[in-house]
Amino acid sequence: MTEHVVKLPDVGEGVAEAELVEWHVKVGDIVREDDPLADVMTDKATVEIPSPVGGEVVWVGGEIGDTMAVGSALAKVKVGAKVGKEAKAKPAEAEAPAAAADVTPPKEAPAPPAKPAPKPEATPARANLARPTFGAKPIASPAVRLEAREAGVDLRQVGGTGPGGRITRDDLQAFVKQGPTGPSAPGLTPRTGITEVKVVGLRRRIAEKMALSKSRIPHITIVEEVNVTPLEDLRAVLNRKTNPERPKLTLLPFLMRAMVKALAEQPGLNALFDDDAGLIRQHAGVHIGIAIQTPAGLVVPVVKHAEARDIWNCAAELVRLTKRARDGTATRVELSGSTITITSLGPLGAIATTPVINYPEVAIVGVNRMAIRPMWDGTAFVPRKMMNLSSSFDHRVIDGWDAAVFVQRLKELIENPATLFLDS
Amino acid sequence: MDEIACKLLVIGAGPGGYVCAIKAGQLGLDTVIVEQAKLGGSCLNVGCIPSKALIHVADEYDILTTAAAGKSAYGLTAGAPAIDLAQAVSWKDDIVRRLNGGVGALLRKARVKIIHGQARFRDGKTVVVETETGARVIRAEAVVIATGSAPIELPSMAFGGDVISSSEALCLAEVPKRLAVVGAGYIGLELGSAFAKLGSKVTVVETLPRILPLYDQELTGPVAKRLAELGVEVLLGAQAQGVQAGALKVKTADGNAKRIVADKVLVTVGRIPMTTGLGLEELVLDMDGRFIRIGERCETSMRGVYAIGDVTGEPMLAHRAMAQGEMVAEIVAGLPRAWDKRCIPAICFTDPEIVTAGLSPDEARSAGMAVKVGQFPFSASGRAMTRHGEGGFIRVVAEADRQVVLGIQAVGRGVSELSAAFGLAIEMGAALQDIAGTIHAHPTLGEGFQEAALKALGHAIHI
Repeated sequence: MTEHVVKLPDVGEGVAEAELVEWHVKVGDIVREDDPLADVMTDKATVEIPSPVGGEVVWVGGEIGDTMAVGSALAKVKVGAKVGKEAKAKPAEAEAPAAAADVTPPKEAPAPPAKPAPKPEATPARANLARPTFGAKPIASPAVRLEAREAGVDLRQVGGTGPGGRITRDDLQAFVKQGPTGPSAPGLTPRTGITEVKVVGLRRRIAEKMALSKSRIPHITIVEEVNVTPLEDLRAVLNRKTNPERPKLTLLPFLMRAMVKALAEQPGLNALFDDDAGLIRQHAGVHIGIAIQTPAGLVVPVVKHAEARDIWNCAAELVRLTKRARDGTATRVELSGSTITITSLGPLGAIATTPVINYPEVAIVGVNRMAIRPMWDGTAFVPRKMMNLSSSFDHRVIDGWDAAVFVQRLKELIENPATLFLDS
Repeated sequence: MDEIACKLLVIGAGPGGYVCAIKAGQLGLDTVIVEQAKLGGSCLNVGCIPSKALIHVADEYDILTTAAAGKSAYGLTAGAPAIDLAQAVSWKDDIVRRLNGGVGALLRKARVKIIHGQARFRDGKTVVVETETGARVIRAEAVVIATGSAPIELPSMAFGGDVISSSEALCLAEVPKRLAVVGAGYIGLELGSAFAKLGSKVTVVETLPRILPLYDQELTGPVAKRLAELGVEVLLGAQAQGVQAGALKVKTADGNAKRIVADKVLVTVGRIPMTTGLGLEELVLDMDGRFIRIGERCETSMRGVYAIGDVTGEPMLAHRAMAQGEMVAEIVAGLPRAWDKRCIPAICFTDPEIVTAGLSPDEARSAGMAVKVGQFPFSASGRAMTRHGEGGFIRVVAEADRQVVLGIQAVGRGVSELSAAFGLAIEMGAALQDIAGTIHAHPTLGEGFQEAALKALGHAIHI
């Protein structure tokens, strides 16, 4: 039997380190070749690290949240350990939430034999039926009171099941384990306790990126209303003919076209500001990042070279990237390289927002909710489909004038959709 | 000036202070304790311990005088007894000395540095101690004020000469023929009845209309009866106005002036916290009247300064101070602690004794609680009969709905030792059924506790 050291592989071009975001195995688990060992995250994408060999995991290197260098030891697998048929095909099951583990008898692991099977926790037969007593001194023995104090539990929140509502040690331990439970008697009950959520992985990236943007970039945000009635009419027409080759058009491809046109006149907005080097890099290609909410958090896949895509192509690329981002399969390349960003919350888009610039870009366009509003056409109020655009700019390198010109140009293009398709 | 740095400085080596220091030492804290007099404080030197010694002597003497007078109920006879009070006092002093030594040994065993002298705050972290060998400066991360209390002195009759406090009453050379006691609180009555048994003609003067005003009349009744048997004259609603020519001037309840001829006048009108001479004005701590205001962790208004015991208010009891001291030591050691005691039992070592723990029926009712009360008289207790002490009772107060015991009181000969059971029951959150369902050994006074709980539940066996 030999030990095989699994090293953190090169997970992407130019990536020197990655953050450990999830373990799929623990020491003692039996893995087969290609079973996932861990998930690591680079600055963009999450990558699953499979086991190159089959055997017993005898060592794991690092805890969730640790940053590991490429090439460093990730785990050690003892090759030659008996891998029976019963070996868990999905070791992740072992990490099911504790609540489920309480009622599910643990699966029999074939190895190692010395490991005692965890005692299945009996479901507490009696819930805390008694209502907590507020204000009054809780009834509990001095030993239970001390235990509560050391566990940081306010006994007034704990229901006692003992005679006269006395809080027993079992009551306290049940409270510590599962928090206040029991049938909700009439009335409201306060909740105590603090859940610590470790900020790791994507959430940490987002946190760092947002802090960087907001601390370095003095934002200027302009909110402008846009009459999208003609655009919506056009969109309805285009969507009427269903074509399996072509995706349904949303508003975003039109906005992307408008941005491409406007940016051609103001290349200073399609740029990355390297503030450390004191250099603005204006990009010829328009790479539009699209901020997307995924189950894991905010990610920004990038529609590359929007200037070279027509409206249908933009739409198709948008659909493809959105799906990959939501599935968590978007690659590092697909998630990087934007030069300007669109953020849209769809129906949640509110009246106005203050978008945070995707550092080191210099501009971001936020799409707000569309609504029919009465507009004065000179003689009467007429219903119009109106939508606001909230756009932020890096005020260090973009003056308010330039920002306003850009926003007005977007408005003009969108309100006159035919101009979107004119070659200038 | 000699300078010492430490983690914890305790000012005052009474029951609160020395327990705090020992506990701190046991927890590994670098601890210094300062005491200006003897280790053990009032409790050990001039309070609880010496008074109990004197009361014991008086009780023994009382048995002999009863026998000599042919009044024994069970055929005991004796010749005329005599007492050498000086020898009794020296026996008492020996007990005190042994306990003093014990406290010192415990402190040293816990590696606590003991400094004798008067402490004075320079600031919240620095205290100057005037010792026999000069001033020493102690810098501490935490300071505990445990300076205790002293007998209140009445302006109209300053201590000195024949006007004495409880401290002097415990080391008299002979039994005063006539003793006037000002104040019918527990200290005055404990000492007053002891001297009455030793042969003094005792008169007690109290401004309020009843004795032991902190206890309800049911509990004080047997004590009043026994005082009368002992020939103690009790003047209620009477004002002591001064001492003149060997007599205490009193304005009685009906407005008449009265002179009580007395060899000694014992003034026991309460105790006052010792907060002067400490340099407390340097700290400007928040106060509650004369007492230092504390929170549930015995913290004062200044960070790192704690106060425990009598300086923090009522009830001024040694065991409260001890519990506070232990808690503060743990808090200074970084442990999570706060005051969460449910009761502080209190005992009057009068004849008969009174014990209280938790709420009386009146206190519980005035707090808006619906209560049930069970009472068992010692006249139904075999053990009380065989001890020739049938007066008194045990009373249990419980919540009417949940049956949780709120308070327990007793009056009777030898009931002080029941305080342990009473305190435990309340502290454990016992319900009436818990007490009723516990086998109490027969024949003991404790059976009355079980019977009182059964009575409250509505099914007493023996009454």
